[in-house]
Amino acid sequence: MRQELICITCPMGCRLVAERTGEGELVVSGNRCPRGAAYAREELFAPKRTVTATCRVSRPCAGDRSCAAAETASQALDAPRRVPVRTSAAFPKDRVPELLARLYELEVELPVERGAVVLADALGTGIDVLATRSLK
Amino acid sequence: MKEMRFDSAVIGGGAAGMAAALELAARGLSCAVIEREGHLGGILMQCVHNGFGLIEFNEELSGPEFAERFEEKVRKTAITPFVGTTVIEIENEGAEKVLSCVSAGLGVVRIRAKAVVLAMGCRERNRGNIRIPGSRPAGVYTAGLAQRLVNIEGYVPGKDVVIIGSGDIGLIMARRMSWVGCKVHAVVEILPYPSGLTRNIVQCLNDFGIPLYLSHLTTNIYGKDRVEGVEITPIENGALMTEKAFKIPCDTVLLSVGLVPENELSKTAGVEINPMTNGPIVDSSLMTSVPGIFACGNVLHVHDLVDFVVEEARRAGAFAAEWLSGKRPAKEVRVKAGPNVRYVNQSRVDPSRDNKLYLRTLIVKNDALLEVKLNNKVVRQAKKSHVQPSEMISLTLGPAELEAALQVPDSVLEISIQ
Repeated sequence: MRQELICITCPMGCRLVAERTGEGELVVSGNRCPRGAAYAREELFAPKRTVTATCRVSRPCAGDRSCAAAETASQALDAPRRVPVRTSAAFPKDRVPELLARLYELEVELPVERGAVVLADALGTGIDVLATRSLK
Repeated sequence: MKEMRFDSAVIGGGAAGMAAALELAARGLSCAVIEREGHLGGILMQCVHNGFGLIEFNEELSGPEFAERFEEKVRKTAITPFVGTTVIEIENEGAEKVLSCVSAGLGVVRIRAKAVVLAMGCRERNRGNIRIPGSRPAGVYTAGLAQRLVNIEGYVPGKDVVIIGSGDIGLIMARRMSWVGCKVHAVVEILPYPSGLTRNIVQCLNDFGIPLYLSHLTTNIYGKDRVEGVEITPIENGALMTEKAFKIPCDTVLLSVGLVPENELSKTAGVEINPMTNGPIVDSSLMTSVPGIFACGNVLHVHDLVDFVVEEARRAGAFAAEWLSGKRPAKEVRVKAGPNVRYVNQSRVDPSRDNKLYLRTLIVKNDALLEVKLNNKVVRQAKKSHVQPSEMISLTLGPAELEAALQVPDSVLEISIQ
């Protein structure tokens, strides 16, 4: 079995060739650094991707202000309606659609700090999803 | 009218503006940062994908994370940020620059500063710039606008998407649109090679099975009220193969067809523009043709990575501070873009110190040779394993290469690629 891959670990984009020997061992060539060999192994057996997405935000109704007023404020030009998030580590590629569906259901209550966990142990993978922006 | 006075003013609060302002503040100068959006960070705030900061922080961050790290540094200094404030004109008044600004909070304000750093970034080329024939339906967006709508405003602009241009923003948007539930039917590139990074082809197109049509031109946009499809025509040996044209039905077209430095404001101050970069012509200290006005980041020339923007902006801030302290280069050498070099970011170098230059090539080549000549004598050669127009090349030249210029009046430094 011979498979060609392009390494996405860094912007160099090495063209890798992965071949399985008679003994079932995987031999990688074309990589300019050890990360390339590790990438090929992972990409062939358990591909992963860092996932970035955005979640809906909900602004709490402030004490004396009515919810309608809060709603108007959230529609102001400078009030982002989504908070950006990313996985804390590369996530199993085949489960990305499932993860995204879960993230799109979420509503993140403001304020939120950059680095806050918006979804812990996502889909039981042990990987957290973190906010990447602070929003008030 | 309200007037305020600072040693320095930076126009634009994105990565470049913040990095330049931090250098000015670090040298004890008062500094205003004027930002038209309601917060600092600039375009990074809508770039929610990761891959930023590999050089600057040795980490892969998303755009907002990168921006907020800088914003936190800014907030710890005496820098005065004016957000939600737009500069509408720059005037020269004696030794001062006067910036006429408008903001919802302050009304009309005049900010006076002895030095100004331009850091307004760039804007996207649009349909008019590349003249795609066809009707004028709704549903044609620039990729960056769609990115803002999706990532900040929370609107998805369509369902069936075709992306024109294979720059990194287009590729990133192909993945984003796929991840928000759209079907991306094609990425169409006029050139025979993709303009974006290989890793983006893999993780933004191949992962989703999105076809990339190289050497193909979009020759028509169909639709009455809303986009209904595009016509794509292959190019072979430089000729359009009209008999091989085909139609792709879609309701949305995203354009990722290049960026142009945003210099309308610079022109109000009389800043001279380089037609190759559409950015100001700058000397060895990144100063424009108007003394006291400096430029850095994407308003100077369009960069590949924010890390390079920050590096250049730091120098612009430091040079502006030096200029304010009265320091001037004793001698400068003219820089010429030689064969196969599209542009060099600055038009002069200072032979008495190190000069970091950024340049772009016109050619795609493996095992290329970068050659620097001073007065027709080779002073530096460097092998490049691969060069292409979309990948910026950096180069540092110092007194070792340039000192011969001190004896020769009107020295010329020529950079070429073979």
